[in-house]
Amino acid sequence: MRIVFEKRKSRARGILFAVPALSFMISMLLSGIVLLIAGANPFETFASMASGAFGSSNGFSETLVKTIPLALTGLAVALAFKLRFWNIGAEGQLVLGGIASSWVALFLGPSLPEPLVLPLCIAAGFAAGALWAGIPGLLKTRLSVDETLVTLMLNYVAILFAEYLYYGPWRDPKGYGFPGSAPFIEAAWLPRIFGRAHAGIWFIPVIALLFWVLLRRTRWGFELSIIGASPRAARYQGIAVQRNILLAVLLSGAIAGLAGACEVTGISHRLQQGLNLGYGFTAIIIAWMSQLNPLAIPFVALLMGGILVGGDQVQMMMGLPSAMGTVMQGLILFPMLAGSLFTEYRIRVLSGKAKKSKVACVEGEA
Amino acid sequence: MKKLVLGVLVLAIAFSLAAPLAAQAKKPLKIAFVYIGPPGDMGWTYEQDRGRLAAVQHFGNKIETKYIENVPEGPDAERVIRQYAAAGFDMIFTTSFGYMDPTLAVAKDFPKVIFEHCSGYKTAPNMATYFGRIEEARYLTGIIAGRMTKSNIIGYAAAFPIPEVVRGINGFTLGVKSVNPKAQVRVVWTNTWYDPVKEREAAVALLDSGADIIAQHQDTTEPQKAAQERGKYSIGYDSDMGKFVGDSVLASAVWEWSTYYIDTIQKALDGTWKTHEYWGGLKDNVVKLSSLSPKVPASVVAEVEAAKKKILDGWSIFSGPIKDQSGKVVYAAGQVVPDDKQLSMDWFVEGVVGKVQ
Repeated sequence: MRIVFEKRKSRARGILFAVPALSFMISMLLSGIVLLIAGANPFETFASMASGAFGSSNGFSETLVKTIPLALTGLAVALAFKLRFWNIGAEGQLVLGGIASSWVALFLGPSLPEPLVLPLCIAAGFAAGALWAGIPGLLKTRLSVDETLVTLMLNYVAILFAEYLYYGPWRDPKGYGFPGSAPFIEAAWLPRIFGRAHAGIWFIPVIALLFWVLLRRTRWGFELSIIGASPRAARYQGIAVQRNILLAVLLSGAIAGLAGACEVTGISHRLQQGLNLGYGFTAIIIAWMSQLNPLAIPFVALLMGGILVGGDQVQMMMGLPSAMGTVMQGLILFPMLAGSLFTEYRIRVLSGKAKKSKVACVEGEA
Repeated sequence: MKKLVLGVLVLAIAFSLAAPLAAQAKKPLKIAFVYIGPPGDMGWTYEQDRGRLAAVQHFGNKIETKYIENVPEGPDAERVIRQYAAAGFDMIFTTSFGYMDPTLAVAKDFPKVIFEHCSGYKTAPNMATYFGRIEEARYLTGIIAGRMTKSNIIGYAAAFPIPEVVRGINGFTLGVKSVNPKAQVRVVWTNTWYDPVKEREAAVALLDSGADIIAQHQDTTEPQKAAQERGKYSIGYDSDMGKFVGDSVLASAVWEWSTYYIDTIQKALDGTWKTHEYWGGLKDNVVKLSSLSPKVPASVVAEVEAAKKKILDGWSIFSGPIKDQSGKVVYAAGQVVPDDKQLSMDWFVEGVVGKVQ
């Protein structure tokens, strides 16, 4: 007897609902068990997490604060992933966007007309993200250098560069020696909507919709889809594969850079530690959970933002150790991710005599 | 796509059903503490948490405390502080320098909540600042280090180049120099408060450069352990690190928050709390010298006791003459560095090898 995964030919509507619901219940069950072992009341803990993330306007605004960079970087990596360009570097692109945006705010801002400062900060973040993604993009399309490694390593270059700046030349002379740049002038602040949630949130629907329209309704989007499905087929059709990949990668980096610009102009109002909190890595999970669908990404990002904010409640209100918050986040995500496997594949138990040829095995990403 | 929307909906429904359960009774004074490291760091946060527990023991069910550990300095700190304030906490202690601006930002939005920020310099009508003159205790440990070094090189693993840390290095060095003018104090910056690996590396680098005593300003015991493994002595900080590491720790400059916490929480309970800038010293018992290692000879113990008595009698460790690193007299005999100049101190005294970067 063997147990195999078989690719579903068509996806039943029921499965689409049942799988996430079941995954979520398994998540709750698993975390409940861990909480019980830790000596906490699971119901109370879940309630506390929920009310912390969604239960008050303040908590919800903090969830949105997390959602903005998560959704933008999620969209950024999804765009690159569509073309099978494995951009693991959204974190670094975000950081470089933050650096460029800070540069405009700190050094150009004071001498510019006020209404120009913020748009220029945003544009600088956008451009810097594209530039940073352009390096692996060019290396990949011109020299076939593996992009996974390059994008990953460039994260650390960007993060260390930011540290160099706010520990060194950009350190606030009035900051009593504490690392961090001087605060930005107010003209460089993204307006806040409520709580700390800022206007950067409007970029999410705009970019998600543009992304969707691009893929579904334009010729270029159609070309990209073909490249993603089969680069070889695309080439036979006369599509400029390398050029299209490079363009999409530049755009991907630009969106991640935009996230960085939003972080410094919307939240920290200076360049300081706490810019690279791993949004660019969580973005990868978000993109996969959304199955690279740009319209799903904002919602998954919202859920993820809620989990991050709610996770802190575990120690803030329940008095559990900080590691428990992280464990809970993992336990919630894991079954949700695993669950997506079952919407694509089904399990079949075969008796020993079944012919192997009938069985498609799981390959690569699920 | 649809399954995800549905998944999110399911979550939202589950969360909204569960939310009312989280409401809690609200009679005792609710106090939150925001920590930079874990209480198990055996250093700074360990002492902060001992202060919290002392208050809990003192006030019993009149107060209710919560804490959060490992909160990074930066934008995330503001979220955490804001969440506590919005959740109905009456008093919030934020216990690291880098929480200053986030605390101030939240304090402006929650005028009825009392904020106490440790080690900064900004205040508001509802935000006080508090700290202690740990350099007084460091001066005493400096006397021990100055007497016990053989290589005349003392290593100092320093946290951030901010006035708090610079003051500590200067106070320590003045203590060293008071008994051993030939000794130098070599400074290595880690730019961390709690990073066991980096802080150990800093200590190892100092030992490699010839230091035979290691002092530190971070919150782990790793530099102490590194010295011990090389058969060298060390000077602890934050807590009585000798208890955790052994007799190779000659002495520690120790925080003792219980008195201050009980005092300020009492005022909050009575409704007499007002914003303030608290800066206590040895005589207020907010900073202490730990018990000394048996390796410290009696003659040195006597010297330390004499200096301690002088400080308790009101003598400032920052009394002139004080020279800077270039040998120039910055404060002449008879002068004392005024408090505001101590609070913004950004230069090293003679005998320190290193730069305030």
